[in-house]
Amino acid sequence: MENLADSLLVDKSKTIEGWGVDADPSNNPTYPMKHYTGADHQRLAYERSKQQMPREEVLHSNERPGITRVFGTSSPPSGLSGQLRRYAFRFSEGSSAHWLTLLAADRVNVVEGIFDDLRRGHIPNIFKERGWNAEWRYNRKGVIQKAAVGAVLATAAVTFLILRNRRKKSV
Amino acid sequence: MLAMNYRGPFRVRADRNKPDPEILHPRDAVVRVTRSCICGSDLHLYHGLVPDTRVGMTFGHEFTGVVVELGSEITNLKVGDHVLVPFNIACGSCPFCQQELYGNCHESNPEATAVGGIFGYSHTAGGYDGGQAEYVRVPYADIGPTVIPSGMDLDDAALLTDVVPTGYQAAEMGGIQKGDTVVVFGAGPIGLMAARCSWLFGAGRVIIIDHLDYRLEFAKQYAQCEAYNFMKDMDDPVVFIKKTTDYFGADVCIDAVGCEAAGSSLQTITGRKLMLQAGSATALQWAINSVKKGGIVSIVGVYGPTWNLVPIGNVVNKGITIRANQASVKRLLPRLIEHVMAGRLNPKGLITHRVPLEEISDAYHIFSAKRDNCIKPMLIPDSASVAA
Ligand SMILES: NC(=O)c1ccc[n+]([C@@H]2O[C@H](COP(=O)([O-])OP(=O)(O)OC[C@H]3O[C@@H](n4cnc5c(N)ncnc54)[C@H](O)[C@@H]3O)[C@@H](O)[C@H]2O)c1
Ligand SMILES: [Zn+2]
Ligand SMILES: [Zn+2]
Repeated sequence: MENLADSLLVDKSKTIEGWGVDADPSNNPTYPMKHYTGADHQRLAYERSKQQMPREEVLHSNERPGITRVFGTSSPPSGLSGQLRRYAFRFSEGSSAHWLTLLAADRVNVVEGIFDDLRRGHIPNIFKERGWNAEWRYNRKGVIQKAAVGAVLATAAVTFLILRNRRKKSV
Repeated sequence: MLAMNYRGPFRVRADRNKPDPEILHPRDAVVRVTRSCICGSDLHLYHGLVPDTRVGMTFGHEFTGVVVELGSEITNLKVGDHVLVPFNIACGSCPFCQQELYGNCHESNPEATAVGGIFGYSHTAGGYDGGQAEYVRVPYADIGPTVIPSGMDLDDAALLTDVVPTGYQAAEMGGIQKGDTVVVFGAGPIGLMAARCSWLFGAGRVIIIDHLDYRLEFAKQYAQCEAYNFMKDMDDPVVFIKKTTDYFGADVCIDAVGCEAAGSSLQTITGRKLMLQAGSATALQWAINSVKKGGIVSIVGVYGPTWNLVPIGNVVNKGITIRANQASVKRLLPRLIEHVMAGRLNPKGLITHRVPLEEISDAYHIFSAKRDNCIKPMLIPDSASVAA
């Protein structure tokens, strides 16, 4: 027990018969990923960095008291998706309300992104963004097959509608 | 600057109008990117599976670059240093960093306590713009960035930021003993590296499982292991592994697939189509069921934050130990640099595609749809060649 850094714990060994006699750091399933760095209350008093100053809104998990010393500044919450994200952060990381609301916000954000592009005078080339150039280069057969299946289905649907309309009219 | 711009599931592009990053904290650096990879983890973002992935974000957590600007508190780097940057953002002094759990830093991600900060990996990992860009802000630059040793290939350096440490840690967490049989699920870059590294720990037999023939063929050469196709070579992967281990099971199973696993319609429909669970847990399910009693399951495949269908009863009854984490890149770097410099590991051998940053939409698609026998794509910004 002599290498126990924590005086509190040493005291425990005096009052609790057999306390820690079988302690074996190498019998730690997290070994060697984790090193013994003192008892819990000692670890919590660590030297914290200066605080990065938020310029825009930063949401934080309600499982911590505030923001971390540094954080990312990409895409701050905005619009309807932002409102959904703010709502999501009322719930803990353990709740589905948190994550499912965030996923919903992500989908709303995609639509906002298209409007945002248009507002900036940029018409998004969705085919290019989806990498269809590469698809055409490396999977031409697949693209043609898909297009053919699409065309057959579309023709079938149109034919069906026309026939149905005719039948209705003739009734 | 030129930077990757996420527009929604399956939609990314490179835009020229992203503002250059600035120093926002005295421990920041700004780095001009010289190499940047797309990772299997990025595919989870690209497929829209990670909550709080915001439109306009730049992805990328595997990059090297030249330091162009330093915050006032950074003394161990200088402008002009060529560094490789671990994917984890870590403060170096919180209780977890002190335990060398650099992937679990408590001071780098306000949005979630369960994940440390990661470059370009949604707001669930801190909301940082990443390295698929010409420039990137690197927080806690005194901790992560490591000067690339002279004589090291830049492509090798780029893979030391994630793939090599993750594959190595997957094997390390397996607690492999000499002669052990190790089964690795997934023959992507991570699984290939895990299989290769299993030998370093003394494995007696290494088996890799996937359903893409070209990757299995690659694995036989690259990782010198047995490679089997779970769609063609077997009806049931668990029975297959039991049979090939005298019906005992493998000593160690490694999940290097994560939440987009194929192979079970129940898992795929509930996990990837209906999103009733955080992705499909097929590979993990197989790993638990095919490991020996008392064996170890090591997970590096990424899963979402909600929940997954796994046979936890078997974990109990078989007395299995599960070990998992985001790789602690900084902890492993010194040893891994030795392995690479000594030629024991050949990371750059994984790179099949080198693509200009401008063509990022195609690069994502090729990697995601597994076209053109892609194993690992690397992005090279125009500005990289100017002075690199
Ligand atoms: N823990 C970490 O620190 C860390 C770091 C990097 C990557 N990752 C994760 O590791 C995983 C693999 O990354 P990658 O870059 O190799 O991705 P990848 O997509 O290239 O490889 C995944 C492979 O798994 C195969 N596969 C699918 N279902 C399977 C199944 N049921 N059984 C066996 N194989 C199956 C796929 O065909 C593919 O070849 C991802 O989930 C990624 O997010 C984790
Ligand atoms: Zn990665
Ligand atoms: Zn930390």
